[in-house]
Amino acid sequence: MNTWATVELARHEARPYALDYIASLTEDFVELHGDRDGGDDRAVVGGPARMDGRTIMIIAHQKGRTLEERQFRNYGMAHPEGYRKAMRLMRQAERFGMPVLALIDTPGAYPGVGAELSGQAWAISQSLIVQSDLRVPIVSVVIGEGGSGGALALALGDRVLIMEHSIYSVASPEACAAITWRDAGKKQEAAEALRLTSADALELGVVDEVIPEPVPAHLDPEGAARRLAEAVGRHLEELSHFSLERLLGSRYWRFRRPI
Amino acid sequence: MTVAPNGRSRRDVVAVKPCPDCGACIAPATIRANDGLCPECNHHYRIGATERLRQLLDLGSFEEWDRDLRSTDPLEFVDLVPYVERLAEAHRKTNLHEAVVTGAGTVLGNQVGLAVMDFGYVGGSMGQVVGERVARAMERSAARTMPFVAVTASGGARMQEGILSLMQMAKTSIARSRLAEVPVAYISVLTDPTMGGVMASFAASADVILAEPGATIGFAGARVITQATHEEVPPRFQTSEFMLEHGFVDAVVPRKELRASLGRLLSLYPVPRSAAAHAEARA
Repeated sequence: MNTWATVELARHEARPYALDYIASLTEDFVELHGDRDGGDDRAVVGGPARMDGRTIMIIAHQKGRTLEERQFRNYGMAHPEGYRKAMRLMRQAERFGMPVLALIDTPGAYPGVGAELSGQAWAISQSLIVQSDLRVPIVSVVIGEGGSGGALALALGDRVLIMEHSIYSVASPEACAAITWRDAGKKQEAAEALRLTSADALELGVVDEVIPEPVPAHLDPEGAARRLAEAVGRHLEELSHFSLERLLGSRYWRFRRPI
Repeated sequence: MTVAPNGRSRRDVVAVKPCPDCGACIAPATIRANDGLCPECNHHYRIGATERLRQLLDLGSFEEWDRDLRSTDPLEFVDLVPYVERLAEAHRKTNLHEAVVTGAGTVLGNQVGLAVMDFGYVGGSMGQVVGERVARAMERSAARTMPFVAVTASGGARMQEGILSLMQMAKTSIARSRLAEVPVAYISVLTDPTMGGVMASFAASADVILAEPGATIGFAGARVITQATHEEVPPRFQTSEFMLEHGFVDAVVPRKELRASLGRLLSLYPVPRSAAAHAEARA
């Protein structure tokens, strides 16, 4: 399959989104709203839920399927308020000893005037800092589009997984083409050059595991959810046996490893 | 660069461009001799890492770290030109081997670890070597209980190292936690421009954030914003002064005062005595 087809699959409008996976993976999900600082970002959802009998804290980017939903979710592009909500939920998870499951599906953090005015760069930076020493396990899964700093802001996990037909990239192929080719039309060339497929991410050591999609997730959402649940459950179980020192130490070296 | 008979480079002779602020036509050599400032209106021109270190550090105090860490081409990236050619061109232009220089030195007698970026090297973009040098510098500063100063100048992540560049945001952020553990003060100085992945990682996580006058600071650039949202960008948007008003930087400090400001700040934040110093005191 050529790389551009992968990009299109990762962005496919029938692909399961975070709330679809949350509904099939977990029980009793209660969505919590707001950053307690004046905003609630609908591109980021989160709250406690039960999975395999343990309470976990879910934090996820949410895209929309219909035009109306997409606009409501701002196409899954978070404002600083979204990352501040995420940090609030991470801290809460830490207080109650709940592991964090982050589902990543965003073209990137929202590039808008309002987002800049409320400190997009500062919010992403702070979210990375919070995860750097969060005292509970974090499992991050790229379920569709892992776009740029907006994706990474939820992906400083002890384990980073990716669904097979997803992408994880420093920039969207369109943005990369505009920057390096000075021509956004070169998006297919950029997609090739960026090495943004799940297999690339595994080979480059950026993710720990690729969750297979024998058929693309939108054609078999139940199968995709089952495989996602199996992988997440397995990693959460492994991490639950780590001492705090081992957890934080291995997270440090996971991201700090020398080139 | 060709050299004119008077010993100045040809570039000095021909490239007199009007100052973007006041329009004065000043010879580049005159601007350079004035710390990269317009003598008429104090416009802050971009300066390179070597010049910045000269301005900030006590004479002869700099010890460079990780000079031999060189960029590879992990993705074998080719856009309009191969990445390796871009790196070679950046080296010819700046005489540096990456977009950041790290090391230790003293500022008015205060020992510090430093990371100083150079916009001239591939737009100050952060790839693996930039991330690795910054992370190592933070770790060494923490180990030696020295405060840390980062002078940033960057367009963001380096496209040509793809997802590995994105990972440098995580690397520098997690290394920053080592400074907080000691704790030693971390001061960032945002210079023109500081955007994207550098701003959204270690530049924003400092204890004290200073900015040079008139620098462009933010996440997404004005052009990207206008293209993506068709929003009107307000005047002075993303300038240092604007970010100060909105609560994202602690102070806007003119270049001529930067060394003194850093010296004062460094003297105010307590530096824990290192294990070595403790041992020495006991002996």
